[in-house]
Amino acid sequence: MSNIGITQPGVIESGTGLPPATSLRAEPGPIRAFWARLTARRTAMVGLVIVVAMILMAVFADWVAPYDPIATDWGAIRSPPSWAHPFGTDEVGHDVLSRIVFGARASLGAGLTSVALAVALGLPFGLIAGYAGGIVDLLIMRLTDALLAIPFLILAIALAAFLGPSLTNAMVAIGLSATSTFVRLTRAQVQAVAAEEFVEAARAVGNPPWRIAIRHILPNIVPAILVQATLTIAAAIIAEASLSFLGLGQQPPEPSWGSMLNVAKNFLEQAPWMAIWPGASIFLAVLAFNLLGDGLRDALDPRQRT
Amino acid sequence: MAQDRVTLLDVRDLAVAFDSEGGVVHAVNGVSYTLREGETLGIVGESGSGKSVHVLAMLGLIPRPPGRITGGQVLFEGRDLLRLPEKELRKIRGGQIGFVFQDPMSSLNPGMTVGAQIVEPLRIHLGLDGRAARARAKDLLDLVRIPHAGARLDQYPHEFSGGQRQRVMIAIGLSCRPKLLIADEATTALDVTVQAEIIGLVQELKREIGMAIVWITHDLGVVAGIADTVQVMYAGRILERGPVDDMFRDPRSAYTLGLLRSLPDLSRGRAGRRRLHQIEGAPPDMRHPPPGDPFAARNVYATPRCLTDTPPLIQAPGAAPGHLVAAWYDLPARLAAEEAAR
Amino acid sequence: MRPGPADRYPLLSVRNLSKHYPLRSWWGGKGSVFRAVEDVSFDIRPGETLGLVGESGSGKSTIGRAVTMLNPPSAGTVAFEGTDLAKLSAREMRRMRARIQMVFQDPYAALNPRMSIGDYVAEPFKLHRHDMARAERRDEVEGLLARVGLDPRFARLYPHQFSGGQRQRICIARAIALKPSFIVADEPIAALDVSIQAQVVNLLQDLQDELGISYLFISHDLRMVRYLCQRVAVLWHGRVVELAEADALYEDPRHPYTRRLLSAVPVPNPVEERARLGAASLLPPADPDATGGLVEVAPGHWVADIRYA
Repeated sequence: MSNIGITQPGVIESGTGLPPATSLRAEPGPIRAFWARLTARRTAMVGLVIVVAMILMAVFADWVAPYDPIATDWGAIRSPPSWAHPFGTDEVGHDVLSRIVFGARASLGAGLTSVALAVALGLPFGLIAGYAGGIVDLLIMRLTDALLAIPFLILAIALAAFLGPSLTNAMVAIGLSATSTFVRLTRAQVQAVAAEEFVEAARAVGNPPWRIAIRHILPNIVPAILVQATLTIAAAIIAEASLSFLGLGQQPPEPSWGSMLNVAKNFLEQAPWMAIWPGASIFLAVLAFNLLGDGLRDALDPRQRT
Repeated sequence: MAQDRVTLLDVRDLAVAFDSEGGVVHAVNGVSYTLREGETLGIVGESGSGKSVHVLAMLGLIPRPPGRITGGQVLFEGRDLLRLPEKELRKIRGGQIGFVFQDPMSSLNPGMTVGAQIVEPLRIHLGLDGRAARARAKDLLDLVRIPHAGARLDQYPHEFSGGQRQRVMIAIGLSCRPKLLIADEATTALDVTVQAEIIGLVQELKREIGMAIVWITHDLGVVAGIADTVQVMYAGRILERGPVDDMFRDPRSAYTLGLLRSLPDLSRGRAGRRRLHQIEGAPPDMRHPPPGDPFAARNVYATPRCLTDTPPLIQAPGAAPGHLVAAWYDLPARLAAEEAAR
Repeated sequence: MRPGPADRYPLLSVRNLSKHYPLRSWWGGKGSVFRAVEDVSFDIRPGETLGLVGESGSGKSTIGRAVTMLNPPSAGTVAFEGTDLAKLSAREMRRMRARIQMVFQDPYAALNPRMSIGDYVAEPFKLHRHDMARAERRDEVEGLLARVGLDPRFARLYPHQFSGGQRQRICIARAIALKPSFIVADEPIAALDVSIQAQVVNLLQDLQDELGISYLFISHDLRMVRYLCQRVAVLWHGRVVELAEADALYEDPRHPYTRRLLSAVPVPNPVEERARLGAASLLPPADPDATGGLVEVAPGHWVADIRYA
């Protein structure tokens, strides 16, 4: 018997014979299936479109922005939105739209860079803690617990103040503050996956521990890390804005959404547009990353859906 | 036998579908049968045969969406369960129809005492007050042979063994003296010795209470001992149905025959050992049910017509009355020809 | 106890194997010990299938993981071709795994969901045949898939695209990749549909005939054990209570627990099955404490000494 029939949903079945009479069904691989599930979620796609648009805006800021963001125009100080300056100007005559566009570099850049740093540090430590166990696990986790006991933003502010005010230092401070979350998440995920039977099966064929960690466990925890990273980017954007607002991040006259708010707070009555646009940008970016993160969570873990 | 008794359950052309990512899964495709009062019906099938889904659908227990009942009627004492308001259905479910599912651990609430869970349906369906319900709950645990019933009412499910939990589920299923007990793979997760005890218990209770039973299982051995009537399901259809002795002695569906032959014989020694009979292939994808007889692709006796037309479930010629089969091929004739050729 | 002078050249020799788990008391100190497996001994001959039967909690899976050193025993020895596995270093044991393989119960859990079938089946070659070229490896994988009845082109697909029966075939293909001499099959058909079980059992039998593999077949399916196994060990509360040739054990069970177990198996024949249920002669459970060492009651037929109180 050599028929290939289609069996249960998503399943290809052959008889015991071979080769098959008909061709293989074009079943999507895991990545394509994930993409199909993601694109089916409208809110996730809204988030993705906004994120992509903002990143493009930041990358091509030189072409998008109508003015030089640090060029002052003493003829137009705190002028309300107009055709010449759609978002208005600030207290020294900077074009707010241009500063929003260039500010995206600082805000998104800080969000992405700091989270990349947190993952780069948190993932290996979490993997070691979760898979090695014992005294190594104990040491890593006590340190992580100690860091987690300090509120994220307070820790970031303290580190930034210690390192000195600059955008790079703000990124490092935010990244280090977020690391403990990734250590803890990675460890929990590793322990959950390590208990699965395919890990025992991997031991049974003679995989050494490092290969089990890299080839069998890591690919299965990437989805959870990716979701957490996306959501943490949103938090990191707020953190960068907060640090800049406090003067610990982007230094004037270079623009960032947080430092723009810092200046705008002095002119809320006279020039509300100075606060509205950076505030709205932060809000939109955070919302977009959160929508995308939620969508990724649903699309990456089919088991959680009912 | 229960031939002359009143019809209790009349399932007519029941069809159930599920919406899935890959398309609509046609889980149950026109299932019709009747069950008389006091009759034990054994339903045999594999995963995906529709054996469990169709009873969940008749009790209003499939999640909707993604599930949909796409057609048919389920008359219980003349009332169509599918068109009953949820409130009315709730009165019947757990009341006149008791049910026991495969996994007693997930069917029992771990945070509630066993007593409270037995008392609940008694208060809802029979309107008993607290004291009377508790007394009845103790009687029920006695009935399912759990020692020290009075004290154990106040214990939690994790304090019971797997077999005892299934007994508790049976006690709950029987609590309101149902006319029908539906058991879906009720002993599958249990050890054979515990399974034997549970089956013995259900047989005894049936003699005492006289309820009808629908016993759903994949184990032909279990069905052989307890059923009056056996029904074999495959790909959401009934392929064969009949009185238990006639079905096992003279199966008319190639699928039934294949299942019977694929079981190794406990009494056959190594000397007389033959290669196990195996049914090739696997069940069809129910998103794209094949035209014709759903078993045709795996059936060595299939005729060309099996691949195109769906056979009706009709009286098998020469078999006992009520022995129905859905097949275009004539299995006894084909087997006789095979025998002659050998 | 030393089951059998006939076992002069066993492939696997298990002696006095025990697996204990310490139970912590509420204040975290040392409490009592849970004896999952207690003083179990048996041999497996080359090319033989030994059945290990028992109910849930009898310790049968624990033994399977102890003899493969996935969960090493607390006491006793496991000698494979004369080598004491417990004495091997981690690296030596990994090398030994080319000879000792395992097939698991749940083919849904035993496959890595993010590894293609081809990579999964090729893994033993990557680990143990470093000299093998990529093309040669691919040919081997395709040959293995074909051998277990799957289309070689399935290699590029992922586990979620397969049914339970196919997944178990994939696991078997990986297990036989390096032509091991011994496979522990832990309930390999329990999760499969009835019509698929026979396919997998026949495949295991064919592979044994072809490659001379010995199996430790762990199962609660007493019918299938009788069919597949030359000898059978009955486990009860972590101890072997009876060990004999399959025919002797099924036709002349000596231990009360074995009798109880065999008498509980439903017979797919209405007349016999109703008679069996009607007889209601289900023997009462025996007392686990009343079990002593094994005694040879007939050649090769070992039964735990029953001490009646």
